[in-house]
Amino acid sequence: MRPILLSGHERALTQVKYNSDGDIIFSVSKDHVVCAWFSHNGERLGTYHGHQGALWTVDVDPTSTLLATGGADNTMRLWEVKTGKLLKTWDFATSIKRVEFSPDGRQLLGVTEKRSGHLSTIVIYEIEPDVDAEQTNEQSLRIVCDESKATVAGFSYLSKFIIAGHEDGTVSQYDAKTGELLLNITVHEDDMQVTDLQWSPDRTYFITASKDKTAKLISTNDLEVLKSYSTDTPLNSAAITPVKDYVILGGGQAAMDVTTTSARQGKFEARFYHKIFMEEIGRVRGHFGPLNYVAVHPKGTGYCSGGEDGYVRVHHFDKPYFDFMYEVEREQANL
Amino acid sequence: MAPSYENLPIDDDEFDEEEIDFSDLQEQYEVRLEEGLDAFVVVDGLPVVPEDNRQKLIKFLLRKLNTVGKVKEDGVFMPLNEKNMTEGFAFVEYGAANEAVAAVKALHGTPLDKKHTMAVNKLTDIDRYGREGRIDEEYTPPTIEPFQQKEHLRSWLGDIEARDQMAMYRGDKVGVFWNEKEDPPESVVDRENWTEFFVQWSPLGTFLTSIHAQGVQLWGGKAWSRQKRFAHPGVNLVDFSPSEKYITTWSHRPLQVDENHPVPSLSLEDDGKNYVIWDIATGKPLRSFATIDVPSATVDEQGNPVKKKMQWPTFKWSADDKYVARMTQGQSISVYELPKMNLLDKQSIKIEGVMDFEWAPATPRRDGIKTYEQLFCYWTPELGSNPAKVGLMSIPSKEIVRTRNLFNVSDAKLHWQSEAAYVCVKVDRHSKSKKSLATNLEIFRVREKGVPVEVVDSIKDTVINFAWEPKGNRFVLITTGEIPAASAVPPKTAVSFFCPEKAKGGVVGNFRHIRTVDKKNSNAIYWSPKGRFVIVATLQSQQSFDLDFWDLSFEKPKDEKEDKDKELTANLQLMATADHYGVTDIEWDPTGRYVATVASAFRHHMENGYHLYDFRGTLLREEHIDRFKQLLWRPRPPTLLSKEEQAEIRKNLRNYSRLFDEQDLAKKNTANRQVVEQRRRLLEEWQAWREQMREMLAEEGYEEPVDADGVAGADGDVEEVEEIVEEIIEETEEVVS
Repeated sequence: MRPILLSGHERALTQVKYNSDGDIIFSVSKDHVVCAWFSHNGERLGTYHGHQGALWTVDVDPTSTLLATGGADNTMRLWEVKTGKLLKTWDFATSIKRVEFSPDGRQLLGVTEKRSGHLSTIVIYEIEPDVDAEQTNEQSLRIVCDESKATVAGFSYLSKFIIAGHEDGTVSQYDAKTGELLLNITVHEDDMQVTDLQWSPDRTYFITASKDKTAKLISTNDLEVLKSYSTDTPLNSAAITPVKDYVILGGGQAAMDVTTTSARQGKFEARFYHKIFMEEIGRVRGHFGPLNYVAVHPKGTGYCSGGEDGYVRVHHFDKPYFDFMYEVEREQANL
Repeated sequence: MAPSYENLPIDDDEFDEEEIDFSDLQEQYEVRLEEGLDAFVVVDGLPVVPEDNRQKLIKFLLRKLNTVGKVKEDGVFMPLNEKNMTEGFAFVEYGAANEAVAAVKALHGTPLDKKHTMAVNKLTDIDRYGREGRIDEEYTPPTIEPFQQKEHLRSWLGDIEARDQMAMYRGDKVGVFWNEKEDPPESVVDRENWTEFFVQWSPLGTFLTSIHAQGVQLWGGKAWSRQKRFAHPGVNLVDFSPSEKYITTWSHRPLQVDENHPVPSLSLEDDGKNYVIWDIATGKPLRSFATIDVPSATVDEQGNPVKKKMQWPTFKWSADDKYVARMTQGQSISVYELPKMNLLDKQSIKIEGVMDFEWAPATPRRDGIKTYEQLFCYWTPELGSNPAKVGLMSIPSKEIVRTRNLFNVSDAKLHWQSEAAYVCVKVDRHSKSKKSLATNLEIFRVREKGVPVEVVDSIKDTVINFAWEPKGNRFVLITTGEIPAASAVPPKTAVSFFCPEKAKGGVVGNFRHIRTVDKKNSNAIYWSPKGRFVIVATLQSQQSFDLDFWDLSFEKPKDEKEDKDKELTANLQLMATADHYGVTDIEWDPTGRYVATVASAFRHHMENGYHLYDFRGTLLREEHIDRFKQLLWRPRPPTLLSKEEQAEIRKNLRNYSRLFDEQDLAKKNTANRQVVEQRRRLLEEWQAWREQMREMLAEEGYEEPVDADGVAGADGDVEEVEEIVEEIIEETEEVVS
């Protein structure tokens, strides 16, 4: 599994995303630039300029026509993927920590930071999936998180619920139509921030990563913790792999907590766990800073990770990755 | 709620102070006023004489009394009864209170003649303790507590699988676990905040010692209940005697024992002391000592401040717990006899210049010596024109068994072999210019007639570490070259192995060098407690963390026998090398089957945890635990089997090992089956849940735009891209004429 190193960013990566076909990778970093890359060879397709601050988040719609970004310049922006044209800018009072399209691409969700008297909110806009259309300024829904600020959020299957992860280690379920809080459950240790939330392909369950050094697999309908993966380092990201029943966790000692610069010490590795048996299968080294985000190819043929070290590492899985099976899995496969 | 002014009960006004019975408190805290009676003593047990002989008796008495102080004029009052006879006692007034105290100390219990013995007490004491009501008129025998069955302190030895236990201190928790090889250790007991500083096993494994600010506690038995408690506020270190009869506790802060700071079982006499030696069986202190402050240079030759190094243990025990000794550096060695803790022959053994001493770790068996003895080895540096000396002294006779003169000595270290068959004195010698250092090994063969000394002087470099094979006669040492000044890189070291030559008639031949491995970083030697196997490691280093597993009696396959090393009693083989990042400690289990390497949070905070290897260096298990501090194997007492029984077992080892292999296999199979079962269950549960979800999605009207769980996309979607690449291989231009 020889990685391709994407070294186009000048500062720490904050999020990396595959488009739905898996041929393009979008990456955002604290250097204010959005990059698009070909996933198979790591060639840079283009950049999107315009943001005035560090970027926190990126997402692409299912048809790979629209790209949404959010950052510390208190704006959420919509771009045309093909041309890099800025289509729309929404201004906010605080920075945008997370953006996500709904599964049908007709809604866009943004999570705003809590700061200077402004509470953290989850906002939703209806999106016209046409690049020439005028995008609305009207928020179709606004959820205020007064208990604990939301750090991550996303749409469930059929855009039925909005699931959000919070700073205090809880996960909540909102009705995506009314914004009503349906459930709020503490899944991680108290006051251990939920750092990432990524969906299974059919969005009936998702995985959360947390500073409490664990990742949890949670069902969408009742927020029941199905599986728990514990590691020895704070986690920044967790992803579910299609095809094989694995999860990939990324994290590492935050740069401010590391006393020595030894890469060995910081545990800057992507860790593979078996999704069902919750056992660690392997690790991938390479980054020399904490992993801020891991994303999996939608077809399950590879993954990429963005690190605090400013690099994106793109990996294509080898044959042994697909061949590996537990005895009981092989039994079933042979039935 | 804590009582505060607001919520004090209001009805306090009705409270009558008169009703309270203060008498018990009054008694307890009664102040001893200066009554002017402090100079008085009462002399009891005198002969009863008629009035006429009274003056004679007083005169006789005064002769005795005046030996310790000056009795006041007419200071002796001897009352008469109605028959004009004396009562057999007298009141005596001394000139000062301290004289009275001296009289009590010196004269109490001195015989006057065959029939009469003086009893001298302070008047105030008689008043204090002998007042009416304080003494029961009738004798009541002290009640003897009914015998209580105690827990079996060695029950762990009866483990059916003969596993070993280990204590682990991580975070705030201390636990004892069974070693389960590859599998997670099985917990025996696990307690939060069991100790405040560290834990320590007693040398035979009976007790687990926890160290607290108030003192030391011993735990043991099946229930891990508290067995003993030794109050020593501010204790820093503890040391057991080899057979677990006694324990020494030490604090760098002198003990403070007075009326305001009472310490259980310690008395005013222990005030200001640093060391306390306790009897473990009774839990009572035997004797306490203060630290001897040896005035020594506080700066070295270059003017750098010298860090004072404390020798621990300061009180060193002889192998059989009969003696304990302490050295006053440069002057003498004080040997105390147990259990009375009296100084042997009432005086310390004067050894001018003594720098260090070590007891033989086992009762020595010298050739031709039938009487009981213990040996210790000591060395003295060059003093004036006298050479440096190494000596062996026999206790209790204090006879010097052997001495040896040495020259140009800058330092010496004493290394006993575990059975006291040899003592090796590692002598660091400087050249005349005092620039370069070289090391000599002077090996005293204690068991041979006349204690011959063999010198191994083939070593050019400084020896930084030396270790005997336990119960054997081979040794390993590590040398290092000149340390280049102001260099961050530690110098390379070389590891050398030595063994005796083969000799006829069961005697041990001369020590010969086997092999040297150089260009290493190693600095530590850890022999298996059973000998033969040794780990040479690099500890407390920033760069390297090697562990080399050596076998000194490697059995070569028969077909490739070499004749080269035939005359040596060893066949060296490197079995394995390993690497444990951040290793700080290495602990062999008492049977020599397993060895644990520890990265302790006491030293650093990088990847704390432990690795477990078998004696061949195969990694069995590694575990990273935050704030992992200690891993200590529980020691085992010596075997109770006789030599013959042990030989018998060794003979039938093949049969036993087959049995054990079968047991191991069976255990593994059950464990594996359980794991597989568990996985099968998980997989089935997962698939059932997924099925449920799919049904739910179907009901909600969800079509699969993105194929669920990534099953390869519908075939129709696949778009074939044909790319035609034209490559110009050659281009030639021809001019057509």
